[in-house]
Amino acid sequence: MSKIRLEITRCKGCGYCVEECPRGALRFSGHISDKGYDTVMVDESLCVACGSCYRVCPDRVFEILE
Amino acid sequence: MKLKAPESVFSSASFCPGCGHGLAGRLIGEVAEELGIEHKLVTVVDVACCSFHIDYWKFDTIMAAHGRDIPTAVGVKHVRPDSAVMAYMGDGAAYAIGMAETIHAALRNDNICVFVINNSVFGMTGGQMAPTSLPGERTATSPKGKDPARYGTMSGLELVKQMDVAYVARGELIGSSGMVRAKTLIRKAFTHQLNGDGFSLVELLSPCPTNLNLPPVKAKAFVHDEMTKYFPLGEFVDKGGNV
Ligand code: SF4
Ligand code: SF4
Ligand code: SF4
Repeated sequence: MSKIRLEITRCKGCGYCVEECPRGALRFSGHISDKGYDTVMVDESLCVACGSCYRVCPDRVFEILE
Repeated sequence: MKLKAPESVFSSASFCPGCGHGLAGRLIGEVAEELGIEHKLVTVVDVACCSFHIDYWKFDTIMAAHGRDIPTAVGVKHVRPDSAVMAYMGDGAAYAIGMAETIHAALRNDNICVFVINNSVFGMTGGQMAPTSLPGERTATSPKGKDPARYGTMSGLELVKQMDVAYVARGELIGSSGMVRAKTLIRKAFTHQLNGDGFSLVELLSPCPTNLNLPPVKAKAFVHDEMTKYFPLGEFVDKGGNV
């Protein structure tokens, strides 16, 4: 089962989550959204569902599922 | 740990990338839902950047004249004493144009919660120097840096905490631990109101990357490393508590 879900259309590319993730599971994808932001992507194999990204994201991109 | 954004907050679209208003709005939604007060919460927002919240959260919300959220919230509390009532504003509204309103509500110990988002500038109007701008801080109206010999730096919290109020605290909307702490402060403020203890003010240090002219992660570092030197974090008044 997935640990984490991203509502990526909300991402504004601020980078807070990338800096905060203790496992280096988040990085910029290079995919530019319709709003013009470089959005993030997650490597789920590294994610430990700690929730740090959820807490620091101003745009409610993350849902932690377990 | 399962974590899902509160349903009472459904957007933050118009805030700039990395703006602390999105973080504060979400925390208020989380706390309101955890306390079960989301249906009786009346929020009063200021006309500046924080006014976007009027379209972003499901609470009954009033937009007050600039700097007058606190008297508006006090009025709501008088006619609807069973509602939970909060005023939400920036440092410009709370500590500059609305300083008199802030002080007198605190003097009366009015039973409302006040949340002040302190980002060290006047945000919506273009990043002009504010009472909260740090010595040396470059702003739209202090391009060479704020001259401390000419202008002081102060947060209105320093005055409010000297009064006989229920709760005064300062947190930062920075990092996972800062967010957990900030949420605790917000919850304590609401709990004091629900207990009838009186006036609460929680100031949250917040990044405004746009007007600091910094990428969000550097704006965040400015708040955590520089702003906290002038605006120390902590709980200063906690009626019936341990402070
Ligand atoms: S839940 Fe924790 S480990 Fe997983 S992506 Fe978010 S910050 Fe990284
Ligand atoms: S914190 Fe949120 S908005 Fe910022 S880069 Fe990460 S997912 Fe995007
Ligand atoms: S100008 Fe500053 S306070 Fe206003 S939305 Fe943008 S980052 Fe936030």
